Amino acid sequence: MTVTPTPTPIAAGTVLALRGVSKRFGAVQALKNIELDVRPGEVLALVGDNGAGKSTLVKTIAGVYTADDGQMVFDGQEVRVGSPAEAQQLGIATVFQDLALCDNLDVVANLYLGSELRKGNLLDEVEMERSSWELLRQLSAKIPSVRIPVASLSGGQRQTVAIARSLLGQPKVVMLDEPTAALGVAQTAEVLNLVERLRERGLAVILISHNMADVMAVADRVAVLRLGRNNGIFTVSETKTQDIIAAITGATDNAVSERAARRTREEGAAS
Amino acid sequence: MTTPVDGSKTPVQDTVPEAQDPAVLPADLQDERLIASRGVSGAIAAFTSRLRSGDLGSVPVVLGLIIIWAVFQIANSNFLSSRNLVNLTLQTTSVGVIALGIVLVLLLGEIDLSIGSVSGLAAAILGVTFVNEGWPLALSVVAGIVTGAVIGLFYGLLYTRFGVPSFVITLAGLLGFLGLQLLVLGKEGSLNLPFDSPIVKFATQSFLSPVVSYIFIAVTVALYALSRLRGRGQRLAAGLSAAPTSIIGVKAGALAVTLLISVIVLNGDRGMPSMFLLLLVLVVLTDIAVRRTRWGRSVMAVGGNVEAARRAGINVRMIYLTVFAACSTFAAVGGLLAAARLVAVNQSSGGGDTNLNAIAAAVIGGTSLFGGRGSAYSALLGALVIVSISNGLSLLSLDSNVRYIVTAGVLLVAVTIDSLSRRSRQAHGRA
Repeated sequence: MTVTPTPTPIAAGTVLALRGVSKRFGAVQALKNIELDVRPGEVLALVGDNGAGKSTLVKTIAGVYTADDGQMVFDGQEVRVGSPAEAQQLGIATVFQDLALCDNLDVVANLYLGSELRKGNLLDEVEMERSSWELLRQLSAKIPSVRIPVASLSGGQRQTVAIARSLLGQPKVVMLDEPTAALGVAQTAEVLNLVERLRERGLAVILISHNMADVMAVADRVAVLRLGRNNGIFTVSETKTQDIIAAITGATDNAVSERAARRTREEGAAS
Repeated sequence: MTTPVDGSKTPVQDTVPEAQDPAVLPADLQDERLIASRGVSGAIAAFTSRLRSGDLGSVPVVLGLIIIWAVFQIANSNFLSSRNLVNLTLQTTSVGVIALGIVLVLLLGEIDLSIGSVSGLAAAILGVTFVNEGWPLALSVVAGIVTGAVIGLFYGLLYTRFGVPSFVITLAGLLGFLGLQLLVLGKEGSLNLPFDSPIVKFATQSFLSPVVSYIFIAVTVALYALSRLRGRGQRLAAGLSAAPTSIIGVKAGALAVTLLISVIVLNGDRGMPSMFLLLLVLVVLTDIAVRRTRWGRSVMAVGGNVEAARRAGINVRMIYLTVFAACSTFAAVGGLLAAARLVAVNQSSGGGDTNLNAIAAAVIGGTSLFGGRGSAYSALLGALVIVSISNGLSLLSLDSNVRYIVTAGVLLVAVTIDSLSRRSRQAHGRA
């Protein structure tokens, strides 16, 4: 007999809370008893090794998968999310890694795809362009022109467009799946600035990342997943990278921390 | 929003501002990386840089048309005569209407190979119900058009429900509806439409009188200029940059001159055919539907990236259904017009090269085979090219063997240009 842990009570002001969420694919237990609290105006990083269940968890919250077990509380109400569209209506926006942009359309068309503004039966291009600029300026996004096809934008700019698009539905929670993967140094910084801008707007941001430097730079708290289970929640300001890595890999004497310790020793010996 | 509303009151957009103060620049020109290009010279510079990067639009087809016309005019001085050009517009209409439908399916990155058979079937239904059964003309016409729409919906259902490639579905349709056409026509296999019926009169004897044609030009140019000026006003009011009035004036003037020359030449003979006017109206309406409506935007999105369109909440199935239906409907209308112009329906209606002519017209006109890129005007321009070739070669008394070979060559050139410009666009980040 396994003893089910009593779920932690949900604190007031939590916009999204998961309790005991489980998901299995055939014989594989992808998620087991996951607990997660997301607060407005906070960046929560979700980290873990490959196969730890990050993507499954994100897809479960986004409504791509339905959880087998457990509850999801959004804005104090228990909810069931059956499809990505339902999640979006609730106010959970997700920017997946592939961004889902139409390369042949310009920035304005991509931002408003599926929810175009109209004047009568015709598209209101002027108003869409004006509010596109307004939104992009609020995010301090550096897009040279909104009338060029997104194919001609850089990786960071495309990421910016995808994130800006997710904001049009007035979400409360934004999930970013590896937004800085495959980005250059300057572009990564641009996207991290954008994440901070989202936090300033009072949004709850869930940031999935493999890059510990990015996580430490922008996140307020870090939730670690390991083998489909919670493996600790850390407050960034009070934690060292090593502790988080230890939680990710599940051991203090792992390759990463050994390497780091060796470097520190060598540097100490050199000086 | 830092953009000043008062920026709209001073005409800063017409002149290059001395100081690059972001407070007076329109909202969309504030990025320092943007290459400033304003005024008429700026517009020309932007146009040439677009061409260089492979965003060719309708430039190749216009150039091709000029070359083809010049060659035929040198070979036979009757080619550009008023009489022949009126014939040319009459011949262009049905190809152009069918090609409009092909443009729509190509925008989705799909294809319809059965348009010839569908146009023949619609013509057969018109002939049999109107001539043999004595139905009222309007009812027969509607029956033909509705048949086209139903066939398109059927294709759309097969495509969206079972995921059968459109190439295969419509290949089956090509054969199946040809069979149905022969079945509908019955044993005689050939029907003559009465000369005095309105549809035949419309297709063969209805021309705009000179006065009406000049009024038509004035109204068209005025509508164009007004809509552009209104758009400019709205953009300025929203704090965005807008094309200066000088450019709008130049464009409206070019439009007026083009239309005026065409109409003066056509008026040298019978005048502008009503049927050709119908094609022009259909092209403009389709263009508006594609560029300015939510439906058209969804079509472009599905053609560019289906998955992105689906995730954006677009009803992708509905888009496929409506586009296939529109394509077959245009094919049916084209078939009816062809039958009316030839005053007959027979077993070869919609047969022969109808199919490939329409597809070739859309591609030659500049609509990409790869989806998500093209315009309604490519149907008109491409149809003009295709019909000019066959018209010119028959003026030179050359047989259809030469015509097929020349048309094939032009089609190959057009597809090669499409593929090359696609590669160039990718290299220049304009894919």
